[in-house]
Amino acid sequence: MTGMERWFADFGDLFYKCFIREDRYKLLLSGIGVTIKVSLLAVVIGIMIGMLIAMCNLSKNKLIKAIGGIYTDVIRGTPSVTQLMVIYFVIFATVDLDKWIIAAIAFGVNSGAYVSEIIRGGILSVDHGQTEAGRSLGLNAFQTMTRIVIPQAVKNIFPALCNEFIVLIKETAIVGYVGLMDIQKAGDFIKSATFKATMPLVGTAVIYYILIKILTLLLRRIENHLRKSDVR
Amino acid sequence: MIKVKNLHKKFGDLMVLDGIDEHISQGEVVVIIGPSGSGKSTFLRCLNLLEDVTEGEIYVDDELINTPKVNINVVRQKMGMVFQQFNLFPHLTIMDNITLAPVLLKKMTKQEAVRKGQELLERVNLAEKADAYPAQLSGGQKQRVAIARALAMNPEIMLFDEPTSALDPEMVGEVLDVMKDLAKSGMTMVIVTHEMGFAREVASRVLFIDQGVVMESGIPQEVFSNPKNERTKLFLSKVL
Repeated sequence: MTGMERWFADFGDLFYKCFIREDRYKLLLSGIGVTIKVSLLAVVIGIMIGMLIAMCNLSKNKLIKAIGGIYTDVIRGTPSVTQLMVIYFVIFATVDLDKWIIAAIAFGVNSGAYVSEIIRGGILSVDHGQTEAGRSLGLNAFQTMTRIVIPQAVKNIFPALCNEFIVLIKETAIVGYVGLMDIQKAGDFIKSATFKATMPLVGTAVIYYILIKILTLLLRRIENHLRKSDVR
Repeated sequence: MIKVKNLHKKFGDLMVLDGIDEHISQGEVVVIIGPSGSGKSTFLRCLNLLEDVTEGEIYVDDELINTPKVNINVVRQKMGMVFQQFNLFPHLTIMDNITLAPVLLKKMTKQEAVRKGQELLERVNLAEKADAYPAQLSGGQKQRVAIARALAMNPEIMLFDEPTSALDPEMVGEVLDVMKDLAKSGMTMVIVTHEMGFAREVASRVLFIDQGVVMESGIPQEVFSNPKNERTKLFLSKVL
């Protein structure tokens, strides 16, 4: 056998050992499910917290503003693994909730701090003349915000929000710390079971890559739809 | 219709309006001229409280409006405003720009608003642009849409804040033509502008504001041909 043929034969063996034997692919498949579940719920929680904190940061009330500031400060100043473990082992220690939901809350709380800054920037990026035009027509501050400012802000911040979503998916690779079997943990498990490092880790990377590629393409389509009104 | 008593406006320590008393009656077309930084735009923006007033009183239809007791949003529905930078809503089509406020504020049903919108677009010669977005329009077209948007609320008064200052020269005429028509129809208008020819032709009264006070007020022939105030003379010698 030439070197090339040997490599392919070995690759086949390894692939079989790591992914097919003992139905190991099922482990990875359920890992994909966990990663997607946690990320999706986390992004929803993150956007809700983000909006709330952004409103706090834009508030004229000093106390409310301070609360928003402290939140962002603390979350940005501590590692997400630490936050995950504090939320899981301390705050939700005695609460009877599914593991993945608690994990999603932890990632949502983390993401919210970053999303709030994105949203705040987005609202400030809309020209003040837009607010004046809305108010001059007789709309109140809330109507002007929801019908005129926020729709434009969303379009401006959409790319940044997508980026945050992608970062979030990759961040969830640490949920193994609280005993959830996501993609990363499944790959890790296969590594320990087979004593092979390269194949399971490359496999893990490929799965994350494909997942994020699909998501990117999907989000790009939504973005193009949002840009409809920019056509000249 | 609008009564202004002893109006003062300060930005920090800077006194921008230093005691203005003015009475604008129904059907008047008042054109405000003056050097830049004189306070003329600030005066206009005080009339619908886009700027809060430091001191003094503003009455619209004999109702004091600069008091917390008044719902300013209701007062503003009677006063359309057109801005130098158009400020069309870029995320909405032209028709939605026009119908947003009347429908949201329950002045009209969606159907009525669209019918009214069509009518207004025809009036400003842009009927075919109803489904376009603002980014697809020229400056002059945007400003005409902005006028239609303000008119959709059936205002009693129209305020214009340098409506042609951001336009390319060849587009100034089309906007002024729409404003002339509006003046002819009897609309009460307050216009801040640098278009002296327009002021002379359309204004029923010209106000010259400088250093935050009304230096001179009168019919255009008087103010332009025979100004009494030294500062008015100086200003007109520079711009005419």
